[in-house]
Amino acid sequence: MSDWVEACAAGDIDEEDVMRFDHAGRSFAIYRSPDDEYFATEGLCTHEKVHLADGLVMDDIIECPKHNGRFNYKTGAARGAPACVNLKTYPVKVDAGKVLIQVG
Amino acid sequence: MTRGMVIIGAGECGGRAALALRDLGYEGPVTLVGDEPHLPYERPPLSKEAMTGEAPAIKAIATDELFAERSIRHIHSVRAVAIDRAAHVVRLSDGSSLSYGKLLLATGSVPRKLPMPGIGPRCVYLRTFNDALAIRAHLSAGNRVAIIGGGFIGLELAAAARRLGATVTVIEAQPRILMRGVPAEIAEIIHKAHEAEGVSIRAGQGIATIADDGAEVGITLADGQKIVADLAVIGIGAIPVTGLAAEAGLTIDNGIAVDERLQTADPDIFAAGDCCSFPLAIYGGRRVRLEAWRNAQEQGALAANNMLGANEAHAAVPWFWSDQYGLTLQIAGLSDEGRSIVRRDLDDGAFILFHLAENDRLVAASGIGPGNAVARDIRLAEMLIAKRASPAPEALGSQAVKLKSLLAA
Repeated sequence: MSDWVEACAAGDIDEEDVMRFDHAGRSFAIYRSPDDEYFATEGLCTHEKVHLADGLVMDDIIECPKHNGRFNYKTGAARGAPACVNLKTYPVKVDAGKVLIQVG
Repeated sequence: MTRGMVIIGAGECGGRAALALRDLGYEGPVTLVGDEPHLPYERPPLSKEAMTGEAPAIKAIATDELFAERSIRHIHSVRAVAIDRAAHVVRLSDGSSLSYGKLLLATGSVPRKLPMPGIGPRCVYLRTFNDALAIRAHLSAGNRVAIIGGGFIGLELAAAARRLGATVTVIEAQPRILMRGVPAEIAEIIHKAHEAEGVSIRAGQGIATIADDGAEVGITLADGQKIVADLAVIGIGAIPVTGLAAEAGLTIDNGIAVDERLQTADPDIFAAGDCCSFPLAIYGGRRVRLEAWRNAQEQGALAANNMLGANEAHAAVPWFWSDQYGLTLQIAGLSDEGRSIVRRDLDDGAFILFHLAENDRLVAASGIGPGNAVARDIRLAEMLIAKRASPAPEALGSQAVKLKSLLAA
């Protein structure tokens, strides 16, 4: 359960942006917030299984590229139709310039 | 006794409105009336590859349990037949009636009928899930499908039919497909994608005759070419469902006419979604009617808010998407408001056309590319359009300049 996996270098993601990370057959989305913190959620929208990493990050919100379902990527909370199921979130830490996520 | 909220039309718009009333804290009666037997469901999948699975299913926007939990009464398989505005009563096709405090008309639209003799049982239209199932039964390898109308419904169905191995011919009377609202440069990409997948597109051809004998359909084009199909799907646009409103004396102007708050001339009656026309402030109050999924959602929610007295104007930028094969097209804004075009190339052959009005004001953006390649930039363009921004054309055209940076300007 405590598997920390290296996802990318901290500088690979711009501030207020998102990147896709695939690991062991699962897809994750890694976020860098405007205040330079990192977060991770499951990679696919709960509405129609679209990769969220193609979406737009504005402040705390990731918006699905397909149908504009919105989630708070810090908490995973669904914030706007058509999204109604929350995203799973995963612990993230930055260590020696690397972004690590605990894939659980 | 509180009369409560009644919503006529249980599609995306009506369903969202009902849920929004509860989200907004309204505690009185909410009744949702729909003429289909189903829960409110998403219509966009009906023309797309989602229908190509073994057992296509409805994608409902709410469950019976959710409606029960939120005390939303859903009356299905019943039509509203009359509104008595003075008495604040709606009469239903089952003989019952509902009294309302506020009424929302979310009656949607229906396919425009092709006014030609010779149309028979093998000539069909797509609007409902049941329509989609009936079409699906004919989309198999070896079957011949004729699509009449090179608009989005027809082209998406063409792609789905090819996926299932059917032979597909698309007939479009206009000189090219997607004449309405889609720039020629983007229509050409879609045209080529269809041809590469084996679809025969006959554009610029009117239909001279149709003969449907119940087993197959013979279509003769104006130039004498003949197409024989096992099924003809007619997708030549939609018309708003306005009869109920018209008979109640409400104004009809390319849809049920509402103001920017989605209110009709009767302060207790609102209309939203495909069935209504409304003024769009970002285009100087131009009256439009949108047949789009997101608009149905947004207006459903806005109407709910205004039924509760919020008095809020519709300010959303029109937004639309289509999926065909691996391509996604997205359009924000109304491109016919533009006078010039700036092109921005993205990775993987994707590109966006920015439509600029006088003084370089950004009024629309149309993008196409594989997967969701254009989604992020179209979303940013939508925000720029909403701000009535006039970004430098050279910045819009350069992939090196992030669109997000233009938002802050």
